[in-house]
Amino acid sequence: MKPKLEVSGLSYSYHSLEGETLALSNISFTADNGEFLAVVGPSGCGKSTLLSLLCGLLIPDEGDILIDGVPKSESGVNIGYMLQRDHLFEWRTIMGNAELGLEIQKKRNSSSREKLHNMLHTYGLGSFENARPSELSGGMRQRAALVRTLALEPDLLLLDEPFSALDYQTRLSVCDDISTIIKSTHKTAILITHDLSEAISVADRVIVLTKRPGRIKAVVPISFGSENIRPLDRRNMPEFSVYFNQVWKELQNHD
Amino acid sequence: MIETHPTLAQQAFIEKEKLHRRNVRVWRFMLLVLLLSVWELCARLGIINDFIFSSPSRVTICFLEMVKDKSIFMHIGVTVMETLVSFVLVVVCGFLIAVLLWSSRSISEVLEPYLVMLNSLPKSALAPILIVWLGNNIKTIIVASISVAVFGCIMTLHTGFSQTDPDKIKLIYSLGGNKKDVLLKVLLPGSVPLIISNMKVNIGLCLVGVIIGEFLAANKGLGYLIIYGSQVFKMDLVVMSIVILCIVSAILYQGISLLEKKIKF
Repeated sequence: MKPKLEVSGLSYSYHSLEGETLALSNISFTADNGEFLAVVGPSGCGKSTLLSLLCGLLIPDEGDILIDGVPKSESGVNIGYMLQRDHLFEWRTIMGNAELGLEIQKKRNSSSREKLHNMLHTYGLGSFENARPSELSGGMRQRAALVRTLALEPDLLLLDEPFSALDYQTRLSVCDDISTIIKSTHKTAILITHDLSEAISVADRVIVLTKRPGRIKAVVPISFGSENIRPLDRRNMPEFSVYFNQVWKELQNHD
Repeated sequence: MIETHPTLAQQAFIEKEKLHRRNVRVWRFMLLVLLLSVWELCARLGIINDFIFSSPSRVTICFLEMVKDKSIFMHIGVTVMETLVSFVLVVVCGFLIAVLLWSSRSISEVLEPYLVMLNSLPKSALAPILIVWLGNNIKTIIVASISVAVFGCIMTLHTGFSQTDPDKIKLIYSLGGNKKDVLLKVLLPGSVPLIISNMKVNIGLCLVGVIIGEFLAANKGLGYLIIYGSQVFKMDLVVMSIVILCIVSAILYQGISLLEKKIKF
């Protein structure tokens, strides 16, 4: 079976008048269908650049991105991107925000509305369809942002530290919440984070990047026995600290 | 909100706050009465020459006479109409040009020094040229008024547009949108508060421009009345026109504030 996503030899540099900065160098990895990957690394290692490349917001200098074996530019697949903050628009209702992607891609119709309606219901936002974003809590806002992303039925989900703007308590429960939703939809997802515990608690594999220019240092497979253990429960299992130390060591190891 | 019976301390606080607000209103009114009476008294007692300084009663008489022959309404109407026409043109042109500047980095960088220069140029210096070019008529007044407000308007809106959160723009692109979507879905709705606060400044500036224009090229309007009154030494007319101008500008400003309250999300 072909992997969902295949990245090979990806490199990218930023240009400014002061010079050229190599942000990512020779990144190769694959993600299977339904797999949840986490990418960790020191700040400034090009984590966000990687997502922008995968999403098509930036064009790589070198390397290929294949989705289902087809180059990304030709495959026409939808890629969902969740940013650090929810960026719900205050001038739209929650429904209006959730519809944004469909509206832009001109796919809005009564059946899509019905589907969004059900989705908002499933994720506990049913009674907030016509509310303004400011009336929602941080966790609910992030869920609404997820619905906005999922509305386009993306084949691949990219999460750029989507919980980092939340306070710690909310963060734990929202992370639990969102990753459970994503797993239940069997989407392939890539989570960028600088929080090791977060990475280990949600991911099937953790990719460790080096300092700039970002290279892949190690890939750590994570397994807690069963697929269906929620992130919060994973944190309480004995394997958790073993994985934590393993990833931590990889990050510390400069060579 | 949960309805609860307010505590005594809360009631006392509200009483105190109400009293404070009433006091402010009373004192505002008293100050006006005081100033007017001192002015009137000084004129009556001969401390100031009421031929030069006018007096509240003379201004009122002058006003009532002009109300009787209805000429005052024509003058107010002309000034307000000119202000509103130039205001609408400033808002529309300012907005369109700001969008144009936002859409092209090259255009905005090429035009930037010109805009800065035109914005800081005292626009009254242009008025004589405008008379020569456009003639002694309403066109000159409206162009003068636009020239006062439009450059600031363009620059404020353009600055506001370029400060749009880059992540919001990234969001639109990640959802498959293009620059047009960024404009329609983020920039325009997100700039409504900025546009309205900018309108508040512009309505005042347009009035300034109209008065400058009327000083030089008009035979109607409040600006004309001020200049005419000072030339024939009818100070009652001048003071009356200024008082009306104060009221007109306050009403125009309040109109925009009302609009702002309506649009608030």
